[in-house]
Amino acid sequence: MTDRFLSGHAACGGCAVALAVRLVLQEVGDRAVLVVPPSCIAVMMGPLPLSATRLPVLQTAFETAAAAATGLARAYRARGEDVTVVCLAGDGGTYDIGLQALSGAAERNEDILYVCFDNEAYQNTGNQRSSATPWGARTTSTPHGKPTRKKDIIGILAAHRVPYLATASPAHPADLAAKVRRARGLAGFRFLRITCPCVPGWGIADDGSLRLLRAAVESRAVPLFEVEEGRRYRITHRPAGIPVAGYLRAQGRYAHLTPSEIAVIQADVDQTWQALVDAT
Amino acid sequence: MSALAASARTATHTLLTGDHAVAHAAALARPAVIPVYPITPQTPVLEKLAELREAGALAGDLVPVESEHSAMATCIAASLAGVRVFTATASQGLALMHEMLHYAAGARAPVVMVNVNRTLAAPWGFWADQTDSLAQRDTGWIQLYCASPQEELDTVLQAYRVAETVLLPVMVVFEALYVSHALEPVAVPGADVVARFLPPYEPAWRLDPASPRGFGGTATPAQWRANRLAMQAAMDRAVAAVADAGERWGELTGRGYGAVEGYRLDDAELVLLAAGAIAGTARTAVDRLREAGVPAGLLRLRLFRPFPAAELTSALGMAHTVVVLDRNCSIGSGGIVAAEVRAALHAHDETDVRLFSFLAGLGGVDVSPEAVVGMARYALRPGPPPAESLLPEAV
Repeated sequence: MTDRFLSGHAACGGCAVALAVRLVLQEVGDRAVLVVPPSCIAVMMGPLPLSATRLPVLQTAFETAAAAATGLARAYRARGEDVTVVCLAGDGGTYDIGLQALSGAAERNEDILYVCFDNEAYQNTGNQRSSATPWGARTTSTPHGKPTRKKDIIGILAAHRVPYLATASPAHPADLAAKVRRARGLAGFRFLRITCPCVPGWGIADDGSLRLLRAAVESRAVPLFEVEEGRRYRITHRPAGIPVAGYLRAQGRYAHLTPSEIAVIQADVDQTWQALVDAT
Repeated sequence: MSALAASARTATHTLLTGDHAVAHAAALARPAVIPVYPITPQTPVLEKLAELREAGALAGDLVPVESEHSAMATCIAASLAGVRVFTATASQGLALMHEMLHYAAGARAPVVMVNVNRTLAAPWGFWADQTDSLAQRDTGWIQLYCASPQEELDTVLQAYRVAETVLLPVMVVFEALYVSHALEPVAVPGADVVARFLPPYEPAWRLDPASPRGFGGTATPAQWRANRLAMQAAMDRAVAAVADAGERWGELTGRGYGAVEGYRLDDAELVLLAAGAIAGTARTAVDRLREAGVPAGLLRLRLFRPFPAAELTSALGMAHTVVVLDRNCSIGSGGIVAAEVRAALHAHDETDVRLFSFLAGLGGVDVSPEAVVGMARYALRPGPPPAESLLPEAV
């Protein structure tokens, strides 16, 4: 196992993104070039002239991760070089400002591996809501809880019929690594969404991320699955189906929820899970 | 046999529009990655590139990106991976790219782009107006303004040489419809001539897994300042690089170029000054003024960034009156070229020159030679020039 993400980076203590980046980079090989838009990852990779990785990094503009990756992939192909181009982006850069470039690259089936580290808000700027923020979650821009649901990025990309999509969690490292390896073995547009709790943003303890992720997965709030060609769904981890209340109650961002609001979320989780099961 | 005679033999003379001429130039420059998004009046550039690719005359990868913003982001990344790139746009597309124009220059990516000058909305229009590109003057791009399809073709090839010498991006600019869609006989040089002028691009460094380095990480104030000062120094070198490329191209093809182009300037006391094809109208006006006994000349500005202040003031010679025609407007300030000329004259202690600023041809409005003669005659009347920019109707 080669660590390509190095110690001494600038992530917060207990950051799940840092762990997820480390797990992803263990599997991308030495012939990889990274594209990083503004995000928590950009902070970890910096500052000049230092680097937190052994791989080349292009830190590009916020909405351009997929477009910049397009340029790299096309250029290496033109030069006859075998290079894996990997985007490491946050949810804001993926679900929101980068969605147009993401959709363009997906539709053109660009030969890139796009990894979204989803901490469900603009955490780098201090926890403002993004379209990846779930219903009810408090952020600094939704002090009473977000009034709309989380955007279904996997559904959007599945509609593009791209070769490979998967969800993953750094608390399930073997599953995550297998998905990166799987993606690396395929050509064309490949996308991973890795759910990453944010210690200050979600209101959890420094050592709480992995425990919380297990609750997220076992409650079916964050199902682990993969999608081939936008149609063949496969659930990669069978969750126990514990109540979602435990997952929600463990986080400061949901501390204001009433029992009836939690019931609304439970019903939504159940419906979404059933739709996923039906798709497999 | 001289190089010039040899190249004349390998050139093909053909009727081309301005847009098609730049597509041929791009093919001759051999870019590997060409991300382009269609926009009127640039679209024929993209269509001709696709046609040349289909015919095997263009080997580069034509990437159908989903926006101009992505076109420039793709160009920058491909350039930093070590290949030559090309794109073309106009108006709204250039405005959408604005963020990435700064990025390209800061990344020192030698991107070459064509911009067809077109009005910016609102209201919508498809007409010649230089405000789109002139509004990008602070982005760190070298800007060259062309007056004909032949000059565009020649300038795109020179642009690569300049960009790859000083490591700054270059924008080659010309007006909508008057140039983009006008047919003219164009000498298309042979690949052998271009190969002698423009060798394959070999970057000093690039994003390479074999030698991992990064680009774009957060800089300290001192690092950021050093980056900007290095860009300014590169801009200073660009003046000589543009002159060298124009001269060398002249040796190979017989068509040499400089930062500025003069017409009947030697004994001119009144000089008409413009960038782009509107200078062609001013040229006719110069002839008419000369016929009427007015010692008039024309100075066409080809290089706008870096602004060739020394070349311009020297070319003005003994002229005491300068009439600047601006097909553009910085709202609240007036003609953009006039403002730059005024600053250049002041910097070179030429404060006795009387400068008249006219907003000529805004929004693609046609400007006749008679109208330009009228502006010159207005400028020759006694009395101080007005401080503000005038419309041609003022005469």
